[in-house]
Amino acid sequence: MPISEDEVRRIARLARLGLEPAEFSALTAELNGILERVERLRAIDVEGVEPLAHVGGLHTVWREDVPRPGLAREAALAGAPDAHEGYFRVPRVVAHEEEEEA
Amino acid sequence: MSRTEATTQFETVIGLEVHVELSTETKMFCACRVTFGEPPNTHVCPVCLGLPGALPVPNRRAVEFAVRAALALHCEIAPVTKFDRKNYHYPDLPKGYQISQYDRPLGTGGYLDVPLPEGGVRRVRIRRLHLEEDAGKSLHDPRLGTLVDLNRAGVPLIEIVSEPDLRSPEEARAYLQELRNVMLYAGVSDVKMEEGSLRCDANISIRPAGSREFGALVEIKNMNSFRSVKQALEYEAERQRALVLSGERVERETRHWNERAGRTTPSRSKEEAHDYRYFPDPDLVPLRIDAEWVESIRRSLPELPAQRRARYEGLGLSAYDAAVLVDERPLADFFDACLALGADAKQAANWLMVELQGLLNEKGRELSATRLTPEGLVALLRLIEEGTITGRIAKEIFPEMVESGADPRSLVEARGLSQIADREELLRVVREVLAQHPAAVEDYRKGKTNALGFLVGQVMKATRGRANPGLANELVRRVLEE
Ligand SMILES: [Zn+2]
Repeated sequence: MPISEDEVRRIARLARLGLEPAEFSALTAELNGILERVERLRAIDVEGVEPLAHVGGLHTVWREDVPRPGLAREAALAGAPDAHEGYFRVPRVVAHEEEEEA
Repeated sequence: MSRTEATTQFETVIGLEVHVELSTETKMFCACRVTFGEPPNTHVCPVCLGLPGALPVPNRRAVEFAVRAALALHCEIAPVTKFDRKNYHYPDLPKGYQISQYDRPLGTGGYLDVPLPEGGVRRVRIRRLHLEEDAGKSLHDPRLGTLVDLNRAGVPLIEIVSEPDLRSPEEARAYLQELRNVMLYAGVSDVKMEEGSLRCDANISIRPAGSREFGALVEIKNMNSFRSVKQALEYEAERQRALVLSGERVERETRHWNERAGRTTPSRSKEEAHDYRYFPDPDLVPLRIDAEWVESIRRSLPELPAQRRARYEGLGLSAYDAAVLVDERPLADFFDACLALGADAKQAANWLMVELQGLLNEKGRELSATRLTPEGLVALLRLIEEGTITGRIAKEIFPEMVESGADPRSLVEARGLSQIADREELLRVVREVLAQHPAAVEDYRKGKTNALGFLVGQVMKATRGRANPGLANELVRRVLEE
């Protein structure tokens, strides 16, 4: 098994996926299926082939540094579950002691 | 071996990760304006809000600035570079990932020569320089919860990672100062640490002196000023030393600098640190960096701080004075403008660093908030040089020039401040002064030579500082000897 159920649990936590405990074994099997196929690809000799980050051959698409109006604040906040005086409001996040005291 | 001897046997090893906000008009991947201090969420759009379906398009100027910064740090520029997603969750990161660069950074293998406070230079290698986008800003309120402003989300940043080449907190501070100067002179950022346009994290470990291995690496975050970088690193080096000396192990971890408490504390999100699951951003195609374009940017680089210091030293300034001027770019530019007008380098530097800095410090002001012009200062220097006014008078009218931008020549004429260099005129004053101070005259004749200084001082006072000091001295002496 290239990937264990524990690792899947950990990735789900990092990705904030609210999965039921029963889903983990099925997901682990599915992921291992995908990884097996990737494993098969690894057998191909790619010596001297440049890694490809993007398919399609497009490159260097960019824009000039010219401002354009974005969204009005009301529109920006409209989709948010909660707002307060122009800010998005979310449940309090505490990362550090200091912020807790503030 | 005593305990204090043991502490001197450790070497501190520091590497810095510095984020610099690029001073473009618009954000990295959208056309929202880059602002500071605007009402929350007034410069946002579907791209920087991370709304579904919105697609990022890189800002050409941000790439140019990053190339510029990389060249100023002697980096190699990658001919092909790409963007990757750095995945983590925080309310001020609306997409759930930050667009950054992982395995093909724009710049690699550079260096920065850092002038050290005790003299000499430390060459600090730059491992990499890459482009990324900033997160928004969160405010944490116990009652209201966490409030998020996304005006800053998507602002272009470069991250500059040094090799662990710094050997003390003081060197780390000096590196930051020089890096700041280079960014400022290269014209890619306004690098204001207090506005967050320059931010710094540090990796620090200690090892027995002479050892080639590294100790357990501790990452320090949340240092918000040059001073706090130095303080945090001093605290941390000492903490690690104490652990090792008491036979304990230094834990590899991320710690948070608590400015008020003056100590570092372990970060909470420990188990998730450094697990960002990078992968190439499928929304962005690779960038090919044209070699000719790179060369044209290289040619357009202005004189950098090290070159400028060398030029000033070549003009006869001390290394210290050259560094003070270069560290304060508006002052250095003002100084250059004075040189262009034909000013004597040492004189001009002296007036800027002593008289002007004194006034600015006194009033807590910046040079740009004054009315002083290079023309004005050079005219003042010329008045002294040609003997029209004394140094003392010059110092007297200088604050007014700084305040109102007044032309020194008009000030001198309007107030009759020109120097009395006429022998006859000054002789009259000297005789009057001596007549008024018979006791001092008597003292001098009895051999108390310091009475001479007093009498010359009285002459200067009687002429309100206008007497030529050399001539006043000569005449007082002559009359006394009569
Ligand atoms: Zn935007």
